[in-house]
Amino acid sequence: MIAVDLPYWAQSLLRVLGGTVAVLLPAGTIVYLFLFKMMSFMQSRLGPMEAGPYGSMQLFAEVGKWLQKEDIQPALADKKIFKIAPLIVLVSTFILVAVVPFGPDAYFTDFEAGVFYALAVSSVSVLGILIAGWSSANKYSLLGGLRAAGQLIAYELPMVLAVVGVVIQAGSMNMQQIVFAQNHGSIFGWDGVGNPYVLTQFVAFGVFMIAVQAELTQTPFDMPIAESELVSGYMTEYSGFRFLIFFIAEFANVGIFALIASVLFLGGWGVPFSWFGWDSMDAVDDWMNVVGPLIMIGKMLALSFLIMWVRFSYPRLREDQLQRFAWKVLIPVSLVNIMLTAILKVAF
Amino acid sequence: MGFLKDRYNEYGKGMSVTLNTFVQTVKPKKLGGGAATVQYPREKEAPPIRARGVIALREDNCTSCMLCARSCPDWCIYIEGHKELAPPRRAGGAPRKVNKLDRFDIDYALCMYCGICVEVCPFDALFWSPEYEYSEPRIADLLHDKTKLGEWMETVPEAPELEAGAEKKKK
Repeated sequence: MIAVDLPYWAQSLLRVLGGTVAVLLPAGTIVYLFLFKMMSFMQSRLGPMEAGPYGSMQLFAEVGKWLQKEDIQPALADKKIFKIAPLIVLVSTFILVAVVPFGPDAYFTDFEAGVFYALAVSSVSVLGILIAGWSSANKYSLLGGLRAAGQLIAYELPMVLAVVGVVIQAGSMNMQQIVFAQNHGSIFGWDGVGNPYVLTQFVAFGVFMIAVQAELTQTPFDMPIAESELVSGYMTEYSGFRFLIFFIAEFANVGIFALIASVLFLGGWGVPFSWFGWDSMDAVDDWMNVVGPLIMIGKMLALSFLIMWVRFSYPRLREDQLQRFAWKVLIPVSLVNIMLTAILKVAF
Repeated sequence: MGFLKDRYNEYGKGMSVTLNTFVQTVKPKKLGGGAATVQYPREKEAPPIRARGVIALREDNCTSCMLCARSCPDWCIYIEGHKELAPPRRAGGAPRKVNKLDRFDIDYALCMYCGICVEVCPFDALFWSPEYEYSEPRIADLLHDKTKLGEWMETVPEAPELEAGAEKKKK
């Protein structure tokens, strides 16, 4: 453990700075690496090439462009709510990152009910999206907002139920404990790779990733912003900086959910503890506070690759197919998974 | 296995198409990879030899008959001419009357590259050239006069081989 005593204000400042980095860095990386470059490569294009080497400065150009644009509000819009809505969506991202652990001491909060908190807080963005759709005074926005609300609520259930399997197996809702349980665990006595829950909870992992895809309104589930029907859904009336906030929140959320998924299923920041002979949280060496975040970023990139790959490959589902898939397939599957996990947990 | 194969055809094929394209694009050029994109100002793609890039004028062949100007759908060809007396073909004959071209302009700001003018010209005075890099900062500069149209003649490709016995089109 690192023994440094910082005054409360310095701790808070560090947490705010760290949180900002932990939200904006994944968002920028995902947008450049996956949205700009990988999507282009998957369509045999090159993507942005002019701004900086291989277009790496393109993001700054985009942000600069958005900042210059006029901040337009529809005449009939509910002005105050219209302005607040994108901020609510972005804030839900910031408060979501608070429980993600990046190392043995590199966390923002070590929260006992971390998983519960993360799942509860992730639905705050639904509010932002719903009031964005409502306050725009536009039928497309309203329809998009309603679709988003229906979809996010429908897919929150399988997500929660999938995580229950992990929580049963780890025996804790604390994210640090879940990381510890995975890296300290063993598979039938063999502890070479620990026991990442993607191996035992593969059903939950599949359900979780599908639900994440829907929560993020990424393409097979992007009915809320279906551009061929709804212009751009709840974002239709937003321009300039407010649109930028929605955009950042969308891709920051991809990063945060990839981080949460890697904590729950891929062993989080840890390496299998048996490699270095650590047998408790306190025994973990301090250098893991530097290596841990790097491991987390690696896992986040791998999972966002998966999310984006699916996004670029599939056409979108129809609204009724989307709802039927959540209620008739994902929820029963994850319920069965919970039952099996509970039975096996008691049996072994 | 039929079940798995059906699931692969439903869900796996699309994913593999995008992944294969991704790998193909990322692969170094030496190994036959690379994107379909051509980075235009730095790399150039040779246009097909019969591409409709620009219309060239062979002034000697033009009789200012106005067929091209009249058949042009958007009236972008401007022709002015006058009659002149030319020396007779045979000694002692009467002097010939010929049409002398004063102005032959094509406004490429209007031209829609239909090629009807090239088709209707009965005297082989108009030709297609594959040249395409003649954009201008001022739109008025897209009006090419007969000198400029004549310069394009250098870029006109040789006419393709004709059938045996056919009369060859003069360039």
